[in-house]
This record gives sequence, structure tokens and C-alpha cells, in this order.
Amino acid sequence: MSAAAPRFPTPLILSAPAALLFAALILTPLVLTALLSFNEFEHATGRTHGFTLDHYLAVLTDSYYLEIFLRTFRVAALATAICVVIGVPEAYILSRMGNPWRSVFLLVVLAPLLVSVVVRAFGWSMLLGPEGPINAALMALGFGRMRLLYSEGTVIVALVHVMLPFMVIPVWTSLQKLDPAVEQAALSFGASRGTAILRVVAPQILPGILSGSLIVFGLSASAFAIPGLLGGRRLKMVATIVYDQYLSDLNWPMGAAVAVLLLAANLIVMLTYHRVVEGHYRRRLG
Amino acid sequence: MSFLELRDITKRYGTLNAVSDVTLSVEKGEFVSLLGPSGCGKTTTLQMIAGFVEATSGSIRLDGRDITHAKANSRGLGIVFQSYALFPHMTVFDNVSFGLEMQRVPKAERKDRVDEALGLVHLSPYAGRYPRELSGGQRQRVALARAIVIRPPVLLLDEPLSNLDAKLREAMQFELRDIQRKVGTTTVMVTHDQAEAFSISDRVVVMEAGRITQIDQPYRIYEHPETEFISRFVGKTNLLPGTVQAINGLAASVSLAGIPVEIDAGGLVSGETVTLCVRPEKLRLIAAGQGRLPGRVAERYFLGSQWLYHIDGPLGTLMAVTPNDGSAPLETGVPVGVDWNPSVVRVHRGRLAEAPDPTLEAQ
Repeated sequence: MSAAAPRFPTPLILSAPAALLFAALILTPLVLTALLSFNEFEHATGRTHGFTLDHYLAVLTDSYYLEIFLRTFRVAALATAICVVIGVPEAYILSRMGNPWRSVFLLVVLAPLLVSVVVRAFGWSMLLGPEGPINAALMALGFGRMRLLYSEGTVIVALVHVMLPFMVIPVWTSLQKLDPAVEQAALSFGASRGTAILRVVAPQILPGILSGSLIVFGLSASAFAIPGLLGGRRLKMVATIVYDQYLSDLNWPMGAAVAVLLLAANLIVMLTYHRVVEGHYRRRLG
Repeated sequence: MSFLELRDITKRYGTLNAVSDVTLSVEKGEFVSLLGPSGCGKTTTLQMIAGFVEATSGSIRLDGRDITHAKANSRGLGIVFQSYALFPHMTVFDNVSFGLEMQRVPKAERKDRVDEALGLVHLSPYAGRYPRELSGGQRQRVALARAIVIRPPVLLLDEPLSNLDAKLREAMQFELRDIQRKVGTTTVMVTHDQAEAFSISDRVVVMEAGRITQIDQPYRIYEHPETEFISRFVGKTNLLPGTVQAINGLAASVSLAGIPVEIDAGGLVSGETVTLCVRPEKLRLIAAGQGRLPGRVAERYFLGSQWLYHIDGPLGTLMAVTPNDGSAPLETGVPVGVDWNPSVVRVHRGRLAEAPDPTLEAQ
């Protein structure tokens, strides 16, 4: 070693609090959950012990679970797609607004985050319930009562409502970084507004859309409150069966196995998506 | 009728007039620069020609067609932006080809024209690169190629060279002019750099606080600035306040702090307050005791091809520039005589409101 005084490990020390927090509150429970998922479960006593892969086998071979996994990812994918379709233009329009309207509408976009998910879900169920205002309106117009609650569509709509800010904010951020002259350049070379947006603006905000959809997809696929309250007993999603396993069947290892599988599936989907989209644009945007 | 005509163009933001009553005619093939300090309205004027900003009143005509309210994407002008505004996700080739694509030029012709434009700016080997893989000067050339490839009736340049370093900027100036001559496109350039405006423009339009104060050939603006603002903004100048003592036929005698100086009468009346403007390179430093004013060398600065002297004298500090002819310069503290040819003195009627602001000249 050289004679120079050892460098004070400032970066390490500065990142230590976050690292400790992360390790204690996220990694430890995750590891415990993963370990738990390999335990055997005795239905008679409720005790967990030993080592087994039975829970994983049960989940992976049972069409009941597979259907729930498929539904979860279908719902998450649809919610993400709708968030892109609504959120990207929304962010673009927001970025084009002048103050004070921009601040007002930004607040409106963020408003869903200010209300508890549970309260919002109950709000949706009152709105869409058999005696709710929407059904009342349908009755009044002579369409007859419709079953709106406890359907995939309702869960998706409610998820989109919750998730939209997570799409708008990253897209908005990447729009902020855009040189407004670039769009003007496209216009000056004879592009229509639509062409300018499609060919020039959209490719540049792709990283924002990418991170927005990753957040929305991840949160939607593991969402619990919305499917739990608006999907009801019939429309199960992965997070709700984890809950059921833990709290109704008291089969913690089974619940843990489902949770680990959800995490793994989520990771695979998101990493693949990230690779495909970002790989495509890495060289161009650097 | 002129090729590009702005008539009484005004842009108002609330109660603020960013541009007031700008009238300008540009002939076909001409290279015109809008010159002025930041906030003088030159960029807003350019943006109104481009169609990004709509004029509050007045009209813009291009080749006889009224384009005052035409959309930017229907004007067909070639624009080089200050930030270049290249499309970062497209290759150099695709960037240049974009405008042709929008004009639905057939693919084969498009390739030929893009190749030709890239050749003109010496970028042919870089066609496959992305903008971020290029240097500042190369990006600048891509922006230029992208603008001229569509063969626009008018080329608009918004501070095109301001992001380049000094040496490159000078080289690009000449290249820009060279290319403009080759393609013969009518060009309007916005700049705050007078050297840039003077070296390559046919005519320079000086703007101040939203108004045009002088339109003329570069050397005439330099030699015959019509306002004190221009004489201060354009190059360096010595401003000497004085009073007309007597008129003797064609000559007038002006007292500068008690020292009499003869100038052309040109409509002056006796007792009038005037400001004489003399450019530093028009002052001659001669032997002490001779010339019109006594002085003493206070500072000297070596500019390579020239020496800049600050001369203390009865009228305060004067700037004098002498060519570096290879001989040893004057030492500081040395007494000198200051002389000038009467024909180089420009007279402004009235007294200066404020002292010259050196930061204006530095811009």
C-alpha cells in the first residue's frame, strides 16, 4: 500500500443510511418470505417446518393459479397500455400549458395520490354499485341495471385512475428535457403537428414512457386494494390470493410461494420489456 | 418589389412591445444580418418570419405572397437554430433527409440531394452518425445542410455560430458565406456579434429596444453610425462632449473642455451641445507637444496585430489603436500628442446621457 493517508470513505458513509434501511426493511422480509415458502405446512397444527418444493409445484401445476396469474398480468398490461394512451398526451398537453393552468392541472393529475387507495376504491364501488349514481342514470335512461362492480373492466379502470400519475410524471420529466426548438425544426421543414409529434417528439420521450410503464405495470401486477375491493371474492388476482393464503387458510408458506412467484414473474416481464425497448434506442439517444 | 418584405411588424406581449414597427426589405440572394444586444427584438423578428411567433400587426410578404398568418410548416423556409435542434434520434443522413421526406421528394432524388448537401458542408463521411457522436462544429454543419437541402426561398439563421469556440466561429463564418454564395439563397441572420454580422453580411440591420435604428452596409454602419447607441455598440469609440463655439462657413469650431477643435459645420448652430465620436484606430499617437490634444500613455494592451492604448488627457481617457508594425510599442507613462484627420470625426447633436457601458462593447 502507498503511504498516502487512506481516503475517507465518504460515498460509503453517505449511502449507508439508505442501504441499512433497504436491507432491514426490504431485503430481510423478502429473504424471510423466500425461506418461508420452502417450509412444509401442517394443516392440523398450522406449524411450519422442514424443506419442500410442494408449494411451488402446486402453484405451477394448478390451472386455478395459472389462470389467476394470467389474469393479473392481463389486467396489469391493459392498465399500462391505457395509461400510456391517456398519460402521454396528457403529459404533452400539460407541458404545453402556460401558468397558472399548468400548476392547476398538474395538481389535478396528482390528486389521486392524495387520497388513500382504500377510500378511493370505496368511492368507485359506491359510484358503480347496483344502487350507485351510474346505475341510477342507466335506469332513468331505460337501459336497465348493469353489473359494473366485480369485473375485470372495473378493476382496470380503477387501476388506471390510480396509476396515471406514475405515467404522467416520468413522461413530463423527459418532455421538460426536450429542446422546444427541435419540434419547431420539424414544423419548419414542413411536418404537420401530428408528424412532428410522432416522428420527433415521441422517440425522444421514449425513455420516460418506458420508465412510466415499468412503474405502472409493476404496481398494477402487485396491486392489492383495488382488486381486493373492486374485484370482490370472484375476481381474484395474485395479490389477493396471497392475502387469502396468509389470512384465511393461514397457509403462510403457500402464500409466500405465490408471492415469490409473482415477484419473479414481474421481474422477468419488466426486464424483458426494458431490454427490448431500451436496447432499440440506446445507440440513438445515448 | 423586394423578395422578402416586412412592413410595420409589431409584436406586443401584454403591454410590452418586443418588436415595434419593423420595416425591412430583403432582395433576392442578399445576406442580411439583424444585429443588436440581447432583448432587442431581433430573435422575435426572426421568429415572426419563421412563423413561430405571430405578429400583432403589420405584414410579411415573401415573393409577393402574404405569409403574415401562414403556419410555420407551410412557409417552406430553411432555419438553422441556435441550439441546432437536430433530431437526436436520427442519423445525420435522416436529419438532412427529413425536410425532403416532408416534401414527398422521391427516394432516389432524396438521396442525391442529401449527399450533395452533406458534400457542400464537408460531412459526407458522417452520414451514418448520430448527432451526439459529432462535435459542435459538425452539428452546426448538419443543421446548415438540413436547412439548405430543401432549397428554401429564405434561409434563417438564429445566432448560428454562438455555440462555437472563437477559432471555429471565424472559420465557419467564411464557410457560411461561401456556401450562401454557392447556393444563392436569400439569408437573414440574427446575431449579437458585430464582427460576425460585419464580416459576412451584405447589409446589417441594427436593432435597439424593439426598433430598427439603422440599415446599411457594414462599413457604413461602422463609419457613419446614426445614433450614439450604434457608435457604442458597434466597435469601440471615443465619445467627446463639447459645445459649438462658432461657425465659419463650412467649418465649425467646437470647444472640448476648453480645447478648440475644427469640424464640418453640417447644419450645426452656434452654442449647440454636440458629441464627437472618434474610433480608436483613427487616432494617431505622435510626438508630445504636437497634434490636437496632449496625453500620456496610461495602459497598453497587446492584441497581436494591434496595440490598444489608453491615453489620459484633458478629456479623460481615450482609446487609441495602432497597427503592430513590428517596432517597439510606447511605454506606459510616456507623454504623447494625439491627432486625427478632421474627416474621421462623426458628430452627434446633443450630449450623452450616460457614460459608455463597456459591457455592451464586449458582447
